[in-house]
Amino acid sequence: MSELRKLLALIRKDLLTEFRTKEMISSMLMFALIVVVIFNFTFDPGSRATAEAGPGILWVAFTFAGVLGLHRAMVHEVERGCLHGLMLAPVERGIIFLGKAIGNAIFIFLIELPTFLLFSVFFNIDFWKGLDKLAVIFFLGTIGFAAVGTLLSAISVNTRTREIMLPILLFPIEVPVILSAVNATAGALAGKNWNEISGWLKLLAGFDLIFLLVCFVTFEYVLEE
Amino acid sequence: MNASPAVSPTPAIEVTNLVKTFGTFYALRGVSLQIAPGESVAIFGPNGAGKTTFLRILSAISRPSSGEIVINGQPLGDGTLSIHRQLGVIGHQSFLYDDLTAEENLQFYARLYDVPRPSHRSQEVLAEVGLRERAKDRVRAFSRGMQQRLAIARAMLHNPSLLFLDEPYTGLDQHAASMLTTWLSRLRSERRTILLVTHDLDQGLALADRVVIFLRGKIAWEKAARELDQHTLRQLYFDLVAGAERRFGATA
Repeated sequence: MSELRKLLALIRKDLLTEFRTKEMISSMLMFALIVVVIFNFTFDPGSRATAEAGPGILWVAFTFAGVLGLHRAMVHEVERGCLHGLMLAPVERGIIFLGKAIGNAIFIFLIELPTFLLFSVFFNIDFWKGLDKLAVIFFLGTIGFAAVGTLLSAISVNTRTREIMLPILLFPIEVPVILSAVNATAGALAGKNWNEISGWLKLLAGFDLIFLLVCFVTFEYVLEE
Repeated sequence: MNASPAVSPTPAIEVTNLVKTFGTFYALRGVSLQIAPGESVAIFGPNGAGKTTFLRILSAISRPSSGEIVINGQPLGDGTLSIHRQLGVIGHQSFLYDDLTAEENLQFYARLYDVPRPSHRSQEVLAEVGLRERAKDRVRAFSRGMQQRLAIARAMLHNPSLLFLDEPYTGLDQHAASMLTTWLSRLRSERRTILLVTHDLDQGLALADRVVIFLRGKIAWEKAARELDQHTLRQLYFDLVAGAERRFGATA
């Protein structure tokens, strides 16, 4: 119970800080929207090429904006030694990881909604039929992305080239998550039913579970030198 | 090396042959130190002597390469969380969130430390450091001195029996430094175990029962503070550092 209270305190702290400054969300959102707008210039709305590339474009926007947010969130912790403040508190390091990962996932969810709306307008996509499936895909994809991203941002933040280091470390590991999310999104947008995309969803859920467990356990070693 | 004052059978901190390496670089080379409960120890040394590394390992935020550490009878590593409950750390960084108010910062840390009635306790410590009027202000708007007072409040939230201070005077003006000294004197009079790392020889000597000088990752010298005056300590410190530089080249 005490650990749950600590977890909630960690999440509340991140949300309070961000909603007060809106520094991270605004830059993530701008970046995601710019990606969608630029790709809109490249493809004809309603064409077959658009339908094929659309889910990929969407996840490119989510993941690149997400990297920006993950990096900023960890830099905030390091700036005044706050990460050391957390490490000095009687809190399991796994709980610190969960708090940061959930906070990051919430911020990524928040930018996914307007980005997807703009995407569907620009690319002339009728998403209403697949909305429930898309909600599940975005949820699972974001959890996996935020879990690994939080762990790796704690590693990259201590390197000299930290802005570049995070995507270099992150994207190869995230391949299964992004691949599953893109394929499941393509299926949902094409009007496929749950059964037809269940393979990708299971893969996504499986990776989420593995990544969450591995990151929860290894975060302690990442924080310590 | 001179004899240290007598220590009780169960030291508050017992470090045996502590070694820390970064690749091929030895930051600590077999440090052994015992600190009695309620004792105040000042650690001096030039930059790169291993003082901060020593404190970070004792705080369990960095792992030693080898050696043993026992804090209040508990080996470090077996019960890190319970040791953290007894430990308050004040560094040259505040560990405070700029965009939270003073009150929000303290309430956040109070929850992490399982402090009962976080809101009430935050108000108490804010009053103790003279920041009650600024409770609703964001830390971003605080001067360095005010931030350090708030950092003291944060470190005292859970009423720790052990206090580690890593260069707490860094960046403070004279008024803020004098306030900090008054505070540390008070904490010392409450018989908390204090480990103070500082470059300020006079402040360190005034606040310590024992002084220890680190050089090149080792304890080069230690003595009871009552047997020293400022002049003797300065002379000795500069002779030791100059001697080390002559033998091994510049360390800082």
